[in-house]
Amino acid sequence: MGFEEISHTADWSARIWAPDLPSLFKEAARAMNALSGTVAGNGPRVSRAFETEGPDQESLLVAFLSELVYYQEQENLTFDDFDLRVAGQWLKVAMEGAQIESVDKAIKAVTYHNLKIQRNAEGFETTIVFDV
Amino acid sequence: MNIDNLIQISETEWEIPTYIRSDMRVPVKLFATRELLEQIINDKSLEQAINAATLPGLVGHVIVMPDMHQGYGFPIGGVAATEYPHGVISPGAIGYDINCGVRLLASSIDFESARNDLDGLATLLNKYCPSGVGKQGALKLNMKELDQVLRDGSRWALKNGYATEADLARTEESGSLEGADPDKVSERAKTRGREQIGSVGAGNHFIEVDVVDQIFNEEAASVMGLYQGCLVLQIHCGSRGLGHQVCTDYVQSFQNAVRKYGIDLPDRELVCAPMDSPEGKAYMAAMRAAANFAFANRQLLAHSARRAFEETFAPKTRNWHLHQVYDIAHNMGKLETHEIEGKEMTVCVHRKGATRAFGPGSPGLPAEYQKIGQPVIIPGSMGTASWVLVGTQDSMRRSLGSSCHGAGRVMSRSKAKKEVQGDSLRRELEMRGIRVRAGSLPGLAEEAPSAYKDVDMVVETVSDAGIAKKVARLKPVAVIKG
Repeated sequence: MGFEEISHTADWSARIWAPDLPSLFKEAARAMNALSGTVAGNGPRVSRAFETEGPDQESLLVAFLSELVYYQEQENLTFDDFDLRVAGQWLKVAMEGAQIESVDKAIKAVTYHNLKIQRNAEGFETTIVFDV
Repeated sequence: MNIDNLIQISETEWEIPTYIRSDMRVPVKLFATRELLEQIINDKSLEQAINAATLPGLVGHVIVMPDMHQGYGFPIGGVAATEYPHGVISPGAIGYDINCGVRLLASSIDFESARNDLDGLATLLNKYCPSGVGKQGALKLNMKELDQVLRDGSRWALKNGYATEADLARTEESGSLEGADPDKVSERAKTRGREQIGSVGAGNHFIEVDVVDQIFNEEAASVMGLYQGCLVLQIHCGSRGLGHQVCTDYVQSFQNAVRKYGIDLPDRELVCAPMDSPEGKAYMAAMRAAANFAFANRQLLAHSARRAFEETFAPKTRNWHLHQVYDIAHNMGKLETHEIEGKEMTVCVHRKGATRAFGPGSPGLPAEYQKIGQPVIIPGSMGTASWVLVGTQDSMRRSLGSSCHGAGRVMSRSKAKKEVQGDSLRRELEMRGIRVRAGSLPGLAEEAPSAYKDVDMVVETVSDAGIAKKVARLKPVAVIKG
């Protein structure tokens, strides 16, 4: 399980891999926080939950990460603990995090650019481009 | 992609023919010198232009500018027209920052006499024009007021004392797109926008004070009120979180629309819907509402910048005023009439990182610009020159009335961060007489001049190609960034 930044001229891109789909989603959230230089504060823990449907796994991943972009910008929250269930075209997430202490650079949006979740011998892999 | 795959039309024009890939509906036309093309070919932007050439309902060419670079889905620096009403509209071909654009305001304040006041001016601009990640703007609107902004754009600002009639006359579409529908904008998008109006944001957005360094077209410069050695101000920003959310919402919902309409695309970020479909109409109305938000946002920032200029210069000179030169979008989808392959037709021109550049006599230009053509504002990379150009008759014939929008990136953000230290860059800029107010040093590093192409080379290319003419070159003296 892990991620690496992929060179992109205008935006940010990360390749992410994990043994199962929920872990891939969580690792994608970790990659997003790392790229944007998001640092959580030491304040009280907060929790949020949401569920969504989409035509496929890729759309669920974009919806999940877009939710995190929204909370970061609107409520200054970052999350690092996820109870995440993916089943077919359905996603349910309960997450815990904290107020953000600092951010180097904001992510505006999560794109579908060449987005494909691929299954391989080790589990799942994908590459995401973030608009910054 | 290999340069040998391109057909060279002239020193500054190239074509990628449709036989390069079987799913291309139209050819790609590229404005670039060989030197710029050799930079462009290093990333995936030409592949993205070919992907864009597969959109249903395209007419003419997909056109790409010399500042083009890799984006997501549609390349940055791209222009594409789809036939109205059956052709498609694609949110990804307009971008997340709907109506990201530039406003230029000019003064008759002489740089030499103002030199000692520029530090104070930069501090006041930084105070009155909030910038940075998620920063709140100058106003907090209630939902009813926000709906008025979405419907009326700069007209709302005029009604509320933040604009003049002259500002609106010198704004693309008078700062207010018809057909905007706030009901097509999600509550989430409105929530993001409600507190951000009147703010610059982060990324490559900025407020910059420049001095008019060189004039190339005396007549056009005089009409615009640009005088050598005088201060001007640029505002570069867009529709903030509201626009980002509108695009996110519709790219998500269009994932189903392409299935419904049987549209097959090489990249899901290019998802689209016919303009005459319920989905297409809804996005068009929401996109126009976000564009109106951006026009009002830049208008509020201009109002705040005027306050900073007044406090700095009014005690010293009667001529402290900032008057608007023009405000122009570079991420937008617009219904326009163009002659394409000998036939006049109404098309939706998608411009993503490309500027409208209408020539003399074009509809919608204020009376004083009818003779000279529409001002085209080209911000350079931080610390380098910016340019003011005008659109030409050639741009109407050859580039869908469009030109470049900036220098264009050439280095990835990750490489820029590795090679450039934000604090040393700030020192270097200040040594060169450029005052810097920046919220994020890593953010500053990503926008280092070395990460961009040579803006002078980009401008020479569009000028040599004839799709814009040079009017004035601007030199930065103060930069305010998030």
